[in-house]
Formats: sequence, C-alpha cells, structure tokens
Amino acid sequence: MGNRVLSVRNLSVDIPLADGVLHAVDDVNLHVDRGETLCIVGESGCGKSLTSLALMDLLPKKAIRTIGRLDLNEASILDYSERQMSDVRGNRMGMIFQEPMTSLNPAFTIGNQMVETLRRHRDISKSDARDLAKQMLEKVGITAAEQRLTQYPHQLSGGLRQRVMIAMTLLCEPELIIADEPTTALDVTIQAQILLLLRELQHEYDMGLILITHDLGVVARIATRVAVMYAGQIVEQGTVEQIFENPMHPYTRGLMRCIPVPGKTRPGEPLGSIPGMVPSLIGSFTGCRFADRCDLVKEACRKSDVALRDVAGKTQAYRCVIDPQAMTKVA
Amino acid sequence: MIYYTIKRLGLALLVALTVSFISFGLLYLSSDPAIAMAGETASDADIEAIRKLYGFDRPILVQYFDWLQRAMGGDLGKSYYFRTDVSSLIGERLPTTMTLGVCAITFAIVLSVPLGVAAAIRPNSLVDRVALFLSVMGQALPSFWFALMLIVFLSVNLRLLPTSGSDTWLHFVMPTVVLGYYAAPAIMRLTRTGMLEVLSTDYIRTARAKGLRPWVVLFKHALRNAIIPVVSLAAVQFGFMLGGSIVVETIFALHGAGFLAWESITRNDLPTVQGLILVFSLFYIVLTFFADLLNAWLDPRIRIN
Repeated sequence: MGNRVLSVRNLSVDIPLADGVLHAVDDVNLHVDRGETLCIVGESGCGKSLTSLALMDLLPKKAIRTIGRLDLNEASILDYSERQMSDVRGNRMGMIFQEPMTSLNPAFTIGNQMVETLRRHRDISKSDARDLAKQMLEKVGITAAEQRLTQYPHQLSGGLRQRVMIAMTLLCEPELIIADEPTTALDVTIQAQILLLLRELQHEYDMGLILITHDLGVVARIATRVAVMYAGQIVEQGTVEQIFENPMHPYTRGLMRCIPVPGKTRPGEPLGSIPGMVPSLIGSFTGCRFADRCDLVKEACRKSDVALRDVAGKTQAYRCVIDPQAMTKVA
Repeated sequence: MIYYTIKRLGLALLVALTVSFISFGLLYLSSDPAIAMAGETASDADIEAIRKLYGFDRPILVQYFDWLQRAMGGDLGKSYYFRTDVSSLIGERLPTTMTLGVCAITFAIVLSVPLGVAAAIRPNSLVDRVALFLSVMGQALPSFWFALMLIVFLSVNLRLLPTSGSDTWLHFVMPTVVLGYYAAPAIMRLTRTGMLEVLSTDYIRTARAKGLRPWVVLFKHALRNAIIPVVSLAAVQFGFMLGGSIVVETIFALHGAGFLAWESITRNDLPTVQGLILVFSLFYIVLTFFADLLNAWLDPRIRIN
C-alpha cells in the first residue's frame, strides 16, 4: 500500500445563484500522506468547508463539483457511483464537523448511532459492535463508556459530544479523516484537549488528517503541511515551518501579522489587520483575487490570472506575480 | 418517564374537570332546562313543577357536583327527547363514529405522510406540485360538496358503493375518503415542512458522512424527528373527527355520535348534549395524553431532562 492517502487535482465547486454562478472553489490541488496533517486555513467563506464536503461528495444538491482526479490510496474513486461512495464514507474516509451540539441525532442513543456505523460497513453482530464502540469511547478518553452508550446526545456536554463524534469516525479505522473546524465551537481548554487527542489517534492509526480551521494557533500546534485558501483558491502551500517562517504570499504575511508573538509584540501595540473585504466570486473574475486588499498591488496583478509558483528548491508554492525580493523589503 | 406520565395524567384530569364545569355552566346559561323539558305549550305551574322535580331550583354548584358525581358512575341522566339513558344512547352511536374516525385518520395518515416525505425529498418537483395541488384542493373543497360529488360518480353513475347507512364496510368507504381527505392537507404540509427542516440539519449530514444508506438516513434519522409535531396534529385531527363529523354523518346517514349531537342541540335535549360534550372532551384529553406519551417516546429530550 502506498504512502499517499489522498490526492485531488483540479477541484472546483460552482454554485448557480439567481444573479450568476458563484465560483466558490477554484482549481484546488491537494494531497495528504499517511500520518500527515494538512491544515487548510482561511477566513469564513473562502471555500475551505466546501472543499472538504466536495472530497466526501457531500456537497449540497445545487452545488456543481468538477474534479480532474480523486485518488484514495492511489486508486481513483472519481468514477464511483453514489452507492460505492457511501461504502467509502464513514469507512475509508471519515468526517468530523464543527458543531458537536447538533451533529448527533437527538433521537437516538450514542450506542445506537455508533453501532449503526459499524454495522453499515462491517459484518459483525450487534453485541460485538457495541463492545468495539465502548472500547473506542474509552480510547477517546470518555469515562463510564458503558453508561454513555445508553445516553442521548443532549445529556452530554459539547466537549464530550465532539469526543463521541471522533470515536464514531474512528470506528471503521479510516485511512483519512477530514475535520472541519472541530474545535471552533468548544471552550479553549477543551479545544487543546481535542487537538491533542486527534494528533495522538492520528499517530496511533497512521491516518491522513485534513484539518480545516481559521485559527493559526491550531495550525502551528498540529499541522505538518499548510494550505492557505483565499476566495476559493489556494494562495500558498508548504510545510508548517515554511509557512510560518517564510510566508511568501501577501495574504499569508498579513495573516501572520495578526498573531501576537510572545516577546516581540509589545503590550498595547495594535496587531496587524488586513483592510478591505473578500471580492464577490459571482461571475467571471480575472487577475489576483487579493489585489484589492494588497498593499503591493501592481498593474500586472489585475491583468491575468495568477498561477501557483514554486519557491526555488522548496516544497512551497504561492500564487503571486510580485518579485519576492521586492516583497521582503516592504514586509 | 414515570414522572412525566404522572404529570401529564394530572394535567389531563384538571383539564377534564374544567371542561366539564364549563360545558355544564354554559348550557345552563344558554337556556332554561325546565322550559325545554316542559315543551312550548306548558303552563307556568307545569314548568315550576318540573323545575322542582328535577332540582333545577337548587344552586348551580350543587347541581354541578350532583351531576358530576352521577356522571362518574356512568349515569349521564335521561334524554328529554328519547326518554332513555343518555349513556346507553351515546353508547349505541359511538361505534359508528369510532369506526369512521379510525378509518378516516388512518386514511389521512397513509395518504399524507408518504406524500409529505416524497415532496420534501424533491422540493418543487412534480411530486411536490401534485402534493401541493392535492392539499390545496383538500383544504378548499367543502366536504359536503366533495361528498355529493363522490355519491354522484361512485354511487349514482358507476353504482359501486352504497350511498347511506352503516351496514357493511362498503358503507364506510366514501365517508372515510371525505373525512380523511379533509384532515390530510394539514398533516401533509406539516410532514413536508418538518422533513425539509430536518433534512438540512447537521445530524443528517453526519448520517450521510457515515455512509448510511439513503433510506436509513431518510426513514430512521429524518422521519423520526420530523414526525414529532405530526403526532400531536394527528391526535387533534382525530379528536375533531370523533366529535365534529356531523356533516359527513348526516350526508351518508351514518347515525353516529356527531349526528346525535346535532339532533340534540336542535331539540334542546340538554342532558344528551352535556353527555356528548363530556364524552368528546374526554376523547380529546385521552388522545392528547397518548400523543404526549408517544412524543416523549419519540423524542428523548422530552423524556429525559
């Protein structure tokens, strides 16, 4: 079995609206290796959640997905029927959502919802499935697991529910887990616990993990590689060290200025911010999508679409036409 | 669950008591029972004698408790018109009304719940449009007109079904369709709305992300949650059918309790009207109680605090 868990080429998501087509995700290329965590970072509405739903083939009905290649474990699953995809979902690819409070069905017990997942993909008895579910709950750090199985979601706290979601997703030991802002809705202390748990489990099961977040603190803590999304495009990608130590794209640099650095940021000193707003993605768009907010903008930026370009000798790439020399001076 | 059941039961009893008191009071305020009993040609002395004989001259509260006590023992008094026990009179008529009500609510649910689900799966599709058309028709058509049309086509022209009476199950087909079709639109619309809302929730997305089969997502995860308000509505509709099927019972000459209520009101037959109101209210209360229990069983958030 190969090392590459997921590989996506030329993924776009278009949503037809009353006043034109919304190009929500534009030509995204991604890959994740076994044991690796890819963080997709970006602000609200940049297309990161739609990207993750597109990978699972769970987009809303009206959204149109176009995709060049989609390989899971180096075998194409692009031509899979809905039936075949449902065999993959929850089995080989699992997904954890942002809202633990509403992501579990209120009408069924935790045990019921976990057992049904296992029995959907594995040919095992109810009692065996229940044993496995209990073991998995213990693995994600839930005490009194036997009792939890008989409880309903509304009887558990948000942090517990997210642990249940994680346990449920891990039941079939998927090769890849996609976590869409798994800690956003939780208390800060719980956030750290959940991230730690995800990282431990990822190592234990040697899974690929795609973590979607807008929180650079989370990225720094957990990522192996980072993809920065802006207005539906990946504007920069590279290893976590490359992105944090040597961000190339003006947007990524702007994001980095928004984080306080211990020892460097003086008390009372205002943090950086990026003025302006994300452009409308309805209809056609030419040129760099960040141009309106970029303080280095030149005429060339608006003339034609910008391709990702590699940083010489590195695995880093970014989508900008400006000479890197000129950029460093300003930033 | 036990605590919840006891609480609901207590509430139901309180409602029953209140309803009995109000119905008792209203009817005494609206007419003088002594005059009604004596008839239009009676002299003042006759009326006074009847008033004494039946105890209508006593304070109203005394009369109420007296009536309530007897009612609890199954004695609802004697009908002024039939001169027989009200309880046996109602007992004779109830089976017809019950049969009609059960058939009609079953017909309404079997028709409208699947249609509502189908409409919600594909909003604005052909199925949805047909369902909308049927429900607007159901709501707009007066039941007497619809009943007459059925009689014209199915009985007079095609000679398929009997027009009146309650002897065989064939007699119940048209009344069931008319009464059920009247209740179906509301159930259909509520099922559709509920399903649409539930299908867009996070937990349905989770169910799909787990790879569950579409029908499991739809019927286990979605319908279970969407059906909860429908249960309450159906219970109310059923109660309405038991008490309010006067038009349908009259057209098809099904001499049920609804028809009896209408007859008794026009005759000023006070004990019968009172007895019927009490029985109908009790139906409502029992139905609501069971609907609450069913909802608690369906929704653990009600059951477990």
